[in-house]
Amino acid sequence: MSTANSPESRSRGKAPAGERLADWADGRLGIYSLAKANMRKIFPDHWSFMLGEVCMYSFIIIILTGVYLTLFFHPSMNEVEYHGSYVPLQGQLMSEAFNSTLHISFDVRGGLLIRQIHHWAALIFLAGMFVHMMRVFFTGAFRKPREVNWLFGFLLFVLGMFTGFTGYSLPDDLLSGTGVRFMEGAILSVPIVGTYISFFLFGGEFPGGDFVARFYSIHILLLPGIMLGLMVAHLILVFYHKHTQFAGPGKSNKNVVGMPLLPVYMAKAGGFFFLVFGVIAIIAAIAQINPIWAIGPYRPDQVSTGAQPDWYMGFAEGLIRFMPGWEINLWGHTLVLGVFIPLVLFPLVLAVIAVYPFIEAWITGDKREHHILDRPRNAPTRTAFGVAWITIYMITLVGGGNDLWATHFHLSINAVTWFVRIGFFVGPVIAFVVTKRICLGLQRRDRDKVLHGRETGTIKRLPHGEFIEVHEPLSQEALHTLTAHEQYQPLEIGPTVDENGVERKVKATEKLRAKLSETYFGEESQIPKPTVEEYKEITSGHGHH
Amino acid sequence: MSSQDIPEENLPAEQDHAHGAVKVADEENPFADPGLPPHEHRIQDIDERAAKRSERTVALLFTVSMLATIGFIASYVTVPDDKSIFVFPIGHLSAMNFALGLTLGVALFCIGAGAVHWARTLMSDVEIADERHPIEAPAEVREKVIADFKQGAKESAIGRRKLIRNTMLGAVALVPLSGVMLLRDLGPLPGTSLRHTAWSKGKLLVNMNTNEPLRPEDVAVGSLTFAKPEGLEEHDENFQTEIAKAALMIVRLQPENIKDKRELEWSHEGIVAYSKICTHVGCPISLYEQQTHHVLCPCHQSTFDLSDGARVIFGPAGHALPQLRIGVNDEGYLEALGDFEEPVGPAFWERG
Repeated sequence: MSTANSPESRSRGKAPAGERLADWADGRLGIYSLAKANMRKIFPDHWSFMLGEVCMYSFIIIILTGVYLTLFFHPSMNEVEYHGSYVPLQGQLMSEAFNSTLHISFDVRGGLLIRQIHHWAALIFLAGMFVHMMRVFFTGAFRKPREVNWLFGFLLFVLGMFTGFTGYSLPDDLLSGTGVRFMEGAILSVPIVGTYISFFLFGGEFPGGDFVARFYSIHILLLPGIMLGLMVAHLILVFYHKHTQFAGPGKSNKNVVGMPLLPVYMAKAGGFFFLVFGVIAIIAAIAQINPIWAIGPYRPDQVSTGAQPDWYMGFAEGLIRFMPGWEINLWGHTLVLGVFIPLVLFPLVLAVIAVYPFIEAWITGDKREHHILDRPRNAPTRTAFGVAWITIYMITLVGGGNDLWATHFHLSINAVTWFVRIGFFVGPVIAFVVTKRICLGLQRRDRDKVLHGRETGTIKRLPHGEFIEVHEPLSQEALHTLTAHEQYQPLEIGPTVDENGVERKVKATEKLRAKLSETYFGEESQIPKPTVEEYKEITSGHGHH
Repeated sequence: MSSQDIPEENLPAEQDHAHGAVKVADEENPFADPGLPPHEHRIQDIDERAAKRSERTVALLFTVSMLATIGFIASYVTVPDDKSIFVFPIGHLSAMNFALGLTLGVALFCIGAGAVHWARTLMSDVEIADERHPIEAPAEVREKVIADFKQGAKESAIGRRKLIRNTMLGAVALVPLSGVMLLRDLGPLPGTSLRHTAWSKGKLLVNMNTNEPLRPEDVAVGSLTFAKPEGLEEHDENFQTEIAKAALMIVRLQPENIKDKRELEWSHEGIVAYSKICTHVGCPISLYEQQTHHVLCPCHQSTFDLSDGARVIFGPAGHALPQLRIGVNDEGYLEALGDFEEPVGPAFWERG
């Protein structure tokens, strides 16, 4: 049968142009099926869900501005004499990379702006990923089915750090060259193969004439290519899993409550891209970043004081600064522990947070899907662990700027370094204990609020003279929200000896699991949420007071 | 605007309820989910004048964006790119960068602000609930996929014809080796190159700043002088790589203040020459405290005592700075009496 004559297609022929175009595309791309599932997709609303968007948009801004910069940047270490318009450096020897960066900054109109947007967006991208990760961590959004997406996000964060590092090393200025030298020194410390890796990476001895060109292809192609793929996968999974939401009236583990992609989120999220871009452009207009002309071209025998990496590398910098200079010389070989241990700690500290979802899933043994977010207080051990991790990170970050702390606050550099050395071990323990106490305190407060109502601030004097504060019972919405969370019971191994006195074999891992489960969900680790009976007993007995 | 101003006909008959009608308080379970709360109308939903105001605000924001883009183009063409302006309270800025960044920023921001304001005030804000479906496939789908896979594997005979399977695995495992081989020429092998520098016996110590050979009398007590070996010029092709190892710092101490015996032997009239490259991770050391004879690396704060064999007294460096043995030649110039006896710069596995 000829479809051209069927009434259906004739009616389509009269459709408006937009619909006909969509029909054309649907016949070739199947867009209607795609749109059916996604066009009115529901997204829940919470300010913290915006953090991931900041990352996505700053990544797009970085790519857009980065492409522009490649039009002018020359990734070459050939030495040239500067003859551009920045007078103080005229006649200086510098690499073409540095020369072309000066050219972008002074002789391309708007070039400096794009450079600054690119650099600022990179800082915001990394900061955004850090905070977004913390949001996901503290609300338990990484639980099944989102563990793999957590790993994708983690990889984006780590790759983002290295993309940033290779990027700010490209201008071949004195500051970034010092950072590259630090990296070379760290690579040299690797036992057995370190020297070889260093020679292969730099095409011989440091600095050689190759690393800018090599970093360039890593920075603009290899790493962003992988990151783009990961980001697309990350987003596909967000769509596929549907967004998490906080507990509340009408919100359950089986639904997602919010507003549709078309039109609300199209406008809000699309508009948010322009907001992020606009804010970064204004920052780049008024806040100077990485003024390489004031720093000068790289020379391996020169350095400036107060040399600092970009903030996301400050953690690596801190590890290397506070580590004692241990070196072991045996059988004609040197084991440079003072540099190698920080080099190992760096990925290790990061890996701890990456594998955390799997550890927690093993401890709880929970195989269900979780779409309702935890309030951080309702998972005290997890929250305390996360805060302890951030404490390590932040103390190490202080170590990375120990000279700045010393000069700005008139402290002894030795004292700052020792504070960091001790704080690295003691800080997370204190943070863990304190955070857990705070979480339990907040849980108690929630419990009181549910059972006794909200403090109104109204003071009433009773006939016999006693003053009491009037408490107002909570609405059912509030009662539900405050009691919606689940509380696990600690894992019980049971008696290891049965009634006949025969010892039952319990695996060591099982014992560890029971111990951890007790730490997570034992009496010391959560306040039992109020039960309906308790509530009724209090509210029915003498009314609300 | 107060509610009295709202025209009667715009007020809804009653607040409409969201999906899953509101339950009355549950007597049995006070903690039960009461369902979605009723939708609360915004002023724009019931007052057309407020909606019009929102519309005008959005349109104004989009208009400001257009004007800002025109401003961007105008700035690009008219602002001289070497002009600097003072902006309170930020300070001096490049006029071009400030004008372009501000106009671009405003143009972008206003598009975003307009879109968000539009969404918040004029688009429906009724919350909708969508069902979730388990990520896991139902059992029958799972069965089907496993069965299909088994069928496919059986038809390929990969399990039965082990010879094919094993040789295929071998071939696929080996072929990446070609890629690894291709990386070999990324750089030369280290050999002993990290052990040698541009210094050798008889090479004069040339002042880095003046490019003149140094005499002992040029080095005053308390000063820090940087030197390079004679013959190494900035225009040399491998200058950067050579100076990364050969950079030297020279100080004059009172000979009686030198505590280390070998240091004294290798010095000349209290003038000592040490590698400028930190033994931690290779930063050039550049801070000298003349009272204590300490030098400090500004990168990671390793501190060395130049009066005591440049041993490490603080910080993450693992060993002392290598010393260069110096003397004076017949014409009265400082010269090296050989290369460094140990590798300069950061430690590495083969250093020993």
